[in-house]
Amino acid sequence: MKKSLNTIAIAIALFLTLSYTFAQSPKGKYGTFALTHATVYTVTKGIINNGTVIIRNGKIEAVGTNIAIPSGAEVIDCKGQFIYPGMIDSGTRLGLVEVSSDPRTTDFNEVGDVVPQMKALTAVNPNSALIPVTRVSGVTTVISNPEGSMFPGTAALINLHGYTPDQMFAGFEGVVLNFPNTGRRGFWDRRTDDEIKKATDKAMEKLNDVWDKATQYHKLDSATNGKGVGYYPELQALLPVLRGKQTLLIEANASKDITAALKWIKEKKIKKVVLTGVLEGWRVADEIAKAGIPVIAGPVQAVPSREYDRYDRAYANPGLLRKAGVKVALQTGQAENVRNLPYHAAYAAAYGMGQEEALKAVTIVPAEIFGVADKLGSIEVGKSATLFICDGDPFETKTNIKHVFIDGWQIPMVSRQTQLYDEFLQRDPGVNKAKQ
Amino acid sequence: MKLKIFFLLLCCTWFGAQAQSLTGNVLIKNGTVLTVTKGTLENTDVLVKDGKITQIGKNLVAPAGYNVIDASGMHVMPGIIDAHSHIALSVVNEATQPNTGQVFVGDALDPLDVSIYRALAGGCTTSHAMHGSANAIGGQCETIKHRYGTVDADALRMDGAPRTIKFALGENPTRVHGSGNGIVPRTRMGVEHVIRQSFAEGKEYMEKWDAYKAASKTKGFRGAPPAYDYRLETMADILRGNIIIHCHSYRADEIYMLLNVCRDFGVKKLVFQHVNEGFKVAPELAQFGAMASVFADWWAYKFEVYYSTAYNAAILHKNGVVTSINSDSEELIRHLYHEAAKTQKYGGLTDDEALAMITINAAKQLGIENRVGSIEVGKEADIAIFKGHPLSSYTIPMLTLVDGVVRFDREKDADDQRIYVDPKGTTDNATFHKYFHNHENCLEGAEQTMVKLFGFN
Repeated sequence: MKKSLNTIAIAIALFLTLSYTFAQSPKGKYGTFALTHATVYTVTKGIINNGTVIIRNGKIEAVGTNIAIPSGAEVIDCKGQFIYPGMIDSGTRLGLVEVSSDPRTTDFNEVGDVVPQMKALTAVNPNSALIPVTRVSGVTTVISNPEGSMFPGTAALINLHGYTPDQMFAGFEGVVLNFPNTGRRGFWDRRTDDEIKKATDKAMEKLNDVWDKATQYHKLDSATNGKGVGYYPELQALLPVLRGKQTLLIEANASKDITAALKWIKEKKIKKVVLTGVLEGWRVADEIAKAGIPVIAGPVQAVPSREYDRYDRAYANPGLLRKAGVKVALQTGQAENVRNLPYHAAYAAAYGMGQEEALKAVTIVPAEIFGVADKLGSIEVGKSATLFICDGDPFETKTNIKHVFIDGWQIPMVSRQTQLYDEFLQRDPGVNKAKQ
Repeated sequence: MKLKIFFLLLCCTWFGAQAQSLTGNVLIKNGTVLTVTKGTLENTDVLVKDGKITQIGKNLVAPAGYNVIDASGMHVMPGIIDAHSHIALSVVNEATQPNTGQVFVGDALDPLDVSIYRALAGGCTTSHAMHGSANAIGGQCETIKHRYGTVDADALRMDGAPRTIKFALGENPTRVHGSGNGIVPRTRMGVEHVIRQSFAEGKEYMEKWDAYKAASKTKGFRGAPPAYDYRLETMADILRGNIIIHCHSYRADEIYMLLNVCRDFGVKKLVFQHVNEGFKVAPELAQFGAMASVFADWWAYKFEVYYSTAYNAAILHKNGVVTSINSDSEELIRHLYHEAAKTQKYGGLTDDEALAMITINAAKQLGIENRVGSIEVGKEADIAIFKGHPLSSYTIPMLTLVDGVVRFDREKDADDQRIYVDPKGTTDNATFHKYFHNHENCLEGAEQTMVKLFGFN
């Protein structure tokens, strides 16, 4: 009897284990957590050895040593492990594309040259298979960018957890401007130098024309207290930028485009502005520093823009910009492989930026640039519990991310890629279908 | 006139001298030597004579005239081998027929491509310059050594490396030919048909020639030889086992299809490229003895790679498939050591297993494992020297040697490393790839078709 009871107990235990293992869509978990015995990289307040972090009501309630563990808290022993704030990728198209070669699954490129009213947040797909793949790597928060035309839309900062865009929204939106570009767009861009120059001049004319109209619109709107101006959604979307209330994200990569953008910003007296891409920022780093404009640099793992440039220019660019005194955040420009953000940061670190600055460039610096440093970017009391736990330096390739929290939700460490691993590492049946 | 001849002779002598200095004598002192096949040796020297490794040991002495490199505190590993690349090629696709086995990318080598230098700057010494994936059976490929600095295309060839040919399954050949040109293959069924038909024609051709050759030995034979056809000759050489197939593939079903086709025709030398869903048929690949050359983590850039996993390499390896990590990109080829390290995150491979993915395993897939791919006495001195362990993401490649000749030295790296500057070329316009990570390098040369189909430009 006793033996059969044991058998039943074992069977039940086995069943529970199996059903846990095969859970197809595990959910996030909200609650009170105590992360103990960890080395805490706060980013803003140094490193705490043998530290504790308490998570409650979605926020970091306490950080430090000798912290009392609240009753009922789930304790996660992080002995030998590290806690970092969630990494922020400051430029992606995550959520706006599923399979990039298939236009039916791409939502980042609306028709029209001037469509700043198109909001990335509207089209972010919370159920994209790319999102779990990304967040289990410790990247918790990204800018999702519309792209394609001159004013392709309004970008949004999103946390990689939630079932609606509003649940994912992380508190920042910015209008994207692709500054008239003198460069080529890829190997397939076979335009002559003359054609490129003509296209750039025409684009510049158009940009100034749009800005003049927006300025007129602003004057009329102010004079009429927002009444009687008519329906101009694209101009309406530019108003907050014109009035210095919203950030303009200006993409410029070639050095002379960056210089032209700096001149344009000064001319138009634009208050809140960030330069993005800036692949050749190192060529004009001092100019950017003098203008006091922050940049979102990257991708770092990229080839130089010119055949005659040093092979490591893209690796070295963030460090060179930082040394010149520019505030630098990093981006991958990716969707499916935003998970590689820590390696872009590692390359920036190794080629001159240093580990500390590189870590800031994917945490507190973007949080500051996007005006959300009260919630994200560091491990501090009162901030959102958006962080991860890992077993080594998060920029090292072999390091494993053990736990991820986003807004206090414990994220299941599962993605389709891990599920495929579990299913196929030892495929059953193997070569022979019939069981031997 | 005399002066002209003098200069001509001078030029010849100079180029001749260049050609002669393709191998070097060097002693690499006191490094941490990652042999890949025979473990890690601390504080060890590697002696190289005439481009070959002659001795590995401690306190070796350099004979007079040897170049001595102090590798104290550095890691010394075999030169990285990329089993899938398109650098150093001036064309990639002959996208005109579903079978273009008669063409050879070795006829279009470009020794001036600065990508070769950039690959060296990432420790990569050998690459498999491949035809593209526009056709079910593409052109023959060339295994090259990164002897950057030469202007002689022939000097890039790795003489004696086995012949290889590119095959391609799935979306690319069906889009280019079926959707683009309205001919078979439009589907994966059609791709199988093209390959079976090509093999069948090759078999018939081979048998005709074999019969003719046998008959021609008989006394008084007076028949004419069969008509020569290089495309069919190439098919026959595949069937004879003289050419290794390197097949662009993604989905498990199409990989399985080619295993069956090759089995039916007795073809054994088979390497799958990309092979994103290889992990789903890993037991079948292992049973066949087919090998796999994969991306570390690329996925979702097209539908046939949507159900991929970065654990692919680890699953394949743990199921007994010889697996390598490749680049297919002039960007990734610069940090394959980092791509290999991803097998440690995704599947927990050991250092030696991870390093094998970019050295000895890639060498096996190209049939050059007896010459390169590890640091062993008798092997060619293709060597990469790193500051920091090459699998660390903070590592920096410092020196790269091909056949004992230093081809990259970070300390001496200049801003402009081009060999030849085209005076009419554009210098002011830069190229930016932000959202285009060159996933379609395999389709370079087939853009006209793609533009026609999808309107992208």
